[in-house]
Amino acid sequence: MTQKNLSRRNLLKAGVATGAFAALATTPFRPALAADLTVGFIYVGPKDDFGYNQAHAEGAAAVKAMDGVTVVEEENVPETVAVQKSMESMINFDGAQLLFPTSFGYFDPHILAVAPKNPDVRFQHAGGLWSADKHPKNAGSYFGYIGLGQYLNGITAGHATKSKKIGFVAAKPIPQVLMNINAFLLGARAVDPAITCQVIFTGEWSLAVKEAEATNALADQGCDVITCHVDGPKVVVETAAGRGAYVCGYHANQSPLAPEKYLTGAEWNWAQVYTDMVETRKAGGTIPNFVRGGLSDGFVKMSPLGPAVSDAARNQFEAEKSEIMKGGFLIIKGPINDNKGNVIAPAGKAFAEDDIALESMNYLVEGVIGSVS
Amino acid sequence: MGDTDLGLWAVPLAMLGGAIRVSTPFLFVSLGECLTERSGRINLGLEGTLVFGAMSGYAVAYESGSAWIGVLAAAGAGTLFGLFHGWVCKLPRVNDIAIGIALMLLGMGLAFFFGKPYVQPQAPDLPAISFGWWSEISQVEAALQVNALFLIGIVLTVAMWWMFRFTRVGLIIRVVGDSTDAARSMGLNPNKVRLLATGAGGALAGVAGAYLSLYYPGSWNEGLSSGQGLMAVALVIFARWSPVNCFWAALLFGAAGALGPALQSVGFSSGYYLFYAIPYVLTLGLLIAMSSPNRAIESAPGELSITK
Repeated sequence: MTQKNLSRRNLLKAGVATGAFAALATTPFRPALAADLTVGFIYVGPKDDFGYNQAHAEGAAAVKAMDGVTVVEEENVPETVAVQKSMESMINFDGAQLLFPTSFGYFDPHILAVAPKNPDVRFQHAGGLWSADKHPKNAGSYFGYIGLGQYLNGITAGHATKSKKIGFVAAKPIPQVLMNINAFLLGARAVDPAITCQVIFTGEWSLAVKEAEATNALADQGCDVITCHVDGPKVVVETAAGRGAYVCGYHANQSPLAPEKYLTGAEWNWAQVYTDMVETRKAGGTIPNFVRGGLSDGFVKMSPLGPAVSDAARNQFEAEKSEIMKGGFLIIKGPINDNKGNVIAPAGKAFAEDDIALESMNYLVEGVIGSVS
Repeated sequence: MGDTDLGLWAVPLAMLGGAIRVSTPFLFVSLGECLTERSGRINLGLEGTLVFGAMSGYAVAYESGSAWIGVLAAAGAGTLFGLFHGWVCKLPRVNDIAIGIALMLLGMGLAFFFGKPYVQPQAPDLPAISFGWWSEISQVEAALQVNALFLIGIVLTVAMWWMFRFTRVGLIIRVVGDSTDAARSMGLNPNKVRLLATGAGGALAGVAGAYLSLYYPGSWNEGLSSGQGLMAVALVIFARWSPVNCFWAALLFGAAGALGPALQSVGFSSGYYLFYAIPYVLTLGLLIAMSSPNRAIESAPGELSITK
């Protein structure tokens, strides 16, 4: 019996030794390929979800097409300690020098834990969380202002709705989501100030059955244009169209899912953003820690207008869009109150989409039916 | 037909609709698990079977153009998973709970792997039967869109109750579940019975998955299941191993799941995380209310490894 145990132990030892040797033998090869930049992308869900992750993966695909760049990707990584392991394995085993952990919840505490341990690696987090006085210099955040995209969604919605009620299926009440809800309503109110927007929070970024239930609940309340901010809008788009409601898309182009009911959609345009950053890094430059842009900067684009969009809607959409493309469009304009009656901005005060004050948004504007907590 | 402002009536209506729409996967998985556990085995792998069933059902429906062939494929895949579980557990000193967990992870992994090309395409949906034709109110009509699988689930529930109660097959399963020794002395082969019961249970879990991917919410995605397969295992205990109770429990969970969104839609918008926890609070409350320190769980199969 002792003999047997001993031999197994020896076997294990031998295995570990071989593994270590193999690791030693392969590591020196990596700097030999040093001209190559390895870039890692981490997604919270599947990268072909018709949504948030697909938008990032389309950006990653553009990076993959660049010369001298190797892309490693991992999908379905939860916002837990699992993402720290993914990042560390990309750094230690794949030799990644630039990481794009693309989900909001990856930043605190996960990137904040891994970044100080790997000072030579750059961590680019999608979300609005990095701040110069609190966070490591080798981390940074970038994000698009997609609010104006939802504003334009709202304009098509405002023209399409007959019940004057539009609906929004939202994941969690974080500033970016609240901004989208507010912008969607403000766009619709630019058409008709009597329109209200009902919001339902599902509490999670991806929860198919609950998203379907939320969409049904909105349709039951008479909302006849529905949009969303969840990771994969596929379920919301299909369910809403199935109930006869019009749909505005989000994250990526969902028009193939409901060609008749799809009005337009606010899409990310990460390909441009990512190739720029990778180019900078390859040229030995420093990527700014804080990168932002909206429709007018090419960070965001709109889906082509669908067949259900009327001429009046099309005209107003194009007019407002060309106004936005000039830059500096004011989205939250006073006098404006939140839906509890508190003043957000008095007359004469207004916020442009890149105003830092909007990144701590914690209110829903008047006309939105719902609550942030 | 028009949109009517329902006011607070929207909540019970949404719960009714939710009970019909959301309960079917719970019903099928819990019926399958009920059958398996009645034979004295516990299969914790049904979550994996469900996810694999969802994927294979969707894939086959897309390739063949028929949702029903997809359902059959999902049932077939589920049977294989069940039979595999039953076969492994037949080997001496194998723990059925551990194998179940391993199979759960295997099923999900395989489904994610093979399901990759099917996230984007749109497969045909299962048909729904409209029981709301009499109503003028479009919301009522929408709530009463009943999928054929739900009706099949009701028939199965009654059939299973009848089988356990009145038939020879039911008696055999119960005997095997209650005492291996008694079954052996009657000349029965407990392993064979359990193998078949686990296989049939797996088939039902596969169908539950097909319902998710082919009807509601109706698309294949890696985040499709939110633990319905795991919850159904708890449902069976909650339902005291009775198929009819499984049906009521599934309805309850479906209705409770619809409560959160419906309450937000009529204006009870704060504290939605709390509403979403209601099904679990409810289960916990009922289990505590029904438990007793003085006696073991009634009607639990005697050979079940969790109650032994």
